[in-house]
Amino acid sequence: MEKSIAELRETFKTGGTKSISWRKSQLKALLQLINQNEDSIFKALDQDLGKGPVESYRDEVGVLKKSVTYTLSCLEKWVAPKKAEVPLLFFPAKAEVMPQPLGVVLIFSSWNFPFTLALDPLIGAISAGNTVLLKPSDLAPACMSFLVETIPKYLDNKAVKVLAGGADIGERLLRLKWDKIFFTGSPRVGRLVMAAAAKHLTPVTLELGGKSPAIVDTLSTTPSKAKVTAKRIVGGKWGPCTGQACIAIDYVLVEEKLASTLIELLKKTIKRFYGENIKSLKNISRIVNKHQFQRLVNLLKDPTVADSIVYGGSVDEEKLVIEPTILLDPPLDSEIMSEEIFGPLLPIITLKNVEESIDFINSKSNPLVIYAFTEDETFKKRILSETSSGTVTFNDSMVQFLCDSLPFGGVGQSGFGRYHGKYSFDTFSHEKSILHRGFYPEIEPRYPPWTHFKLLFIKLAYQFDYFGLILLLLGFKRS
Amino acid sequence: MLKNSCRLALKEMNHWMMPEKAKTSLTTFPSSAEIVSEPLGVVLVISAWNYPFLLSLDPVVGAISAGNAIVLKPSEMAPASSSLIAKLVADYLDSSCIKVVEGAVPETSALLEQKWDKILYTGNGRVARIVMAAAAKHLTPVVLELGGKSPVIVDSDINLKVATRRIIAGKWGCNNGQACISPDYIITTKDYATKLVDSFKCELERFYGKDPLESKDLSRIVNSNHFDRLSKLMDEEKVSSKIVHGGQRNEKNLQIAPTIFLDVPVNSLIMKEEIFGPLLPIITVDKVEQSFDLIHSSGGKPLAAYLFTNNKKLKRKFVETVSAGGLVVNDTAVHLAIDSLPFGGVGESGMGSYHGKFSFDAFSHKKAVLYRGFAGDAFLRYPPYTPGKLTLLQALLSGSIVRIIRALLGWFWA
Repeated sequence: MEKSIAELRETFKTGGTKSISWRKSQLKALLQLINQNEDSIFKALDQDLGKGPVESYRDEVGVLKKSVTYTLSCLEKWVAPKKAEVPLLFFPAKAEVMPQPLGVVLIFSSWNFPFTLALDPLIGAISAGNTVLLKPSDLAPACMSFLVETIPKYLDNKAVKVLAGGADIGERLLRLKWDKIFFTGSPRVGRLVMAAAAKHLTPVTLELGGKSPAIVDTLSTTPSKAKVTAKRIVGGKWGPCTGQACIAIDYVLVEEKLASTLIELLKKTIKRFYGENIKSLKNISRIVNKHQFQRLVNLLKDPTVADSIVYGGSVDEEKLVIEPTILLDPPLDSEIMSEEIFGPLLPIITLKNVEESIDFINSKSNPLVIYAFTEDETFKKRILSETSSGTVTFNDSMVQFLCDSLPFGGVGQSGFGRYHGKYSFDTFSHEKSILHRGFYPEIEPRYPPWTHFKLLFIKLAYQFDYFGLILLLLGFKRS
Repeated sequence: MLKNSCRLALKEMNHWMMPEKAKTSLTTFPSSAEIVSEPLGVVLVISAWNYPFLLSLDPVVGAISAGNAIVLKPSEMAPASSSLIAKLVADYLDSSCIKVVEGAVPETSALLEQKWDKILYTGNGRVARIVMAAAAKHLTPVVLELGGKSPVIVDSDINLKVATRRIIAGKWGCNNGQACISPDYIITTKDYATKLVDSFKCELERFYGKDPLESKDLSRIVNSNHFDRLSKLMDEEKVSSKIVHGGQRNEKNLQIAPTIFLDVPVNSLIMKEEIFGPLLPIITVDKVEQSFDLIHSSGGKPLAAYLFTNNKKLKRKFVETVSAGGLVVNDTAVHLAIDSLPFGGVGESGMGSYHGKFSFDAFSHKKAVLYRGFAGDAFLRYPPYTPGKLTLLQALLSGSIVRIIRALLGWFWA
């Protein structure tokens, strides 16, 4: 392991990864990798998570292709130094900010979107000119093996390496010195990563999770809008990896009197999308492993929680399947309402007034996303200014992930740092300030010995009071 | 500097606070997007002793402009400044939102055990590791403004007088070398070294007189710990013999005169740790281009790096290959005063940046907001999934209108 990292460092030192042509060639190779291995990728995702090809394309392959293409088209622009304004006082001078690669970066990815969460950060790291060690999650073993075997066939082995392994490998990697660590995963492990990074003063980006709520206020508008709302909620909960996604809808907030309407709409939509019952379940992923399965089943063990199930609840331990399950008002202090669910269980919490959603959300730690289905502009403004989350999406779910111009990241317990689009490039770059000065003219008052005149000059200079300075120099100002 | 910081924030704040529109593509049509700045919450600012007012209050300006509540912990090693800051902040600012906590290690440790929404720390690498480790427990993001050995490369074909004066201003003019961006050491060619040293001698005398310890324009060393530390650097065996100018000390008054060394061993203490004082080693190389290798081999990335030259190629190589927080060509330290440049380090010299709008950004969370409507619900998002939907999906994700139309036509005609 140490040898691999030493090689990454050597490669970076040679400066080869800084050239735009190297970066572009690597990105193009990555695109080729994805294009030429789509079927293998679908197979691996099906094996690890039961993801079908359409979901796999929508959430992994398609996202990555889009990311690489966008990055390739913008790279030259991003790499160019940006001019910065210089006050007249410093004339003649030129100031700019030049992005520079950080060096050797470590990327930890998660098991639920094993390709997207590994390769999207990789795209950012390469585009910024770094050398990279990628450590995919071993909880998606087929995908991890695919990456370990396939990346060396397409990318520059001296600059991009993939390491297989579990938590022990992760721990060993964290003891070494990196120039940046990018981590996607749980807050618990996020703390360990940051603590390890602190020993070397390594900057980190932590993409964590939280309980992402969906506020529903559109059921009493028109029937078609209500239907679309239901579709988007179902699509935003069970669509991405059967709820095992950091941006999946965790729970729903709705007014008491509309709860039954919502539940009926959700039931209809679930049946249409995924089948009538657990035996005929289709178009949906499965739970990743026994450990996660048991964890989710345990959330339903509490009798008061089990009592609140209004739809679903069946499980198939052998196939690691839990059918889409809706709960109505489980106890607020139950585990299902205090931990991030990360699975196909959807609690619906009823409120007297939908505006109470804001206080409810604020009583929990900052989520990664807040979804709000509402057409009330005042309510929208209140949600924006009175809650805090990584992102807010109005009247839809999940799609914000596809917007390259929006920074994707958390705040508070949902993480810090961000990526996607140019933000990926920035997160793996150091923005270096550069100031060019000429030797003339010289401003004498910069230098000691200090006199009253010089102090006055400096005061006026700081105020950019050029007229005052001229007066001073001509002898017309005393104090 | 502080006055300007406040003035800029007052002038620009409305503009900084406005949401930034973000472009959306055909993939999410119809939609609109923006990025909204919101305060992070309750932030902790820990400042240093060398610029006690600037390093305490400049971050506070940023934190206030971004709408946060603040606890400020000034350095106990500048006690008069610390108590004045505490008093003035209580007198002038809203004490329910902005508090000053004075104290030393025990108080700082107690503060670090609390949960903060952001911590900005200015100081050294050792304590920075403690700050970041404490922040890790609460997943608190940090800005660390540290230091390093900021090198100055001096080429031969330059205006020597101006260059010398600017180096002196950045070194001894800045708190007698006790500044994070002070030139730490000089690299120049063997041929040019004597001329450089002579120029220094001349200008130093012009600035500080024949006996610098008598000059009122030189700061003193902050305390006896640092005085002893610097004395140790000067007295090291193979180093003390390399003094070519200065060397005078007054322990009682904590004064050390501007002291220049020529060609100390590269593995001496004075060349290994950040000097942070009035000692200036000059290292010579055969060709000025070799300076870059020397800087890279010295290990950590510094907060600043300086180059004096008229040679365009050298400037280019410097700018492209030297990794530091900030670079200045033909001057020292002044980039600090330019608000449009982010001020921060990289690697051992720190992470994050501030000044100007960067201060506002450092204490803000940039929340992404996507507005969608109900029209145009792409049925292909939802199951049941069919091959036709897959084609459409591929087209939609590509964002290409031609592909989308083709796919749609194919769908309708299938």
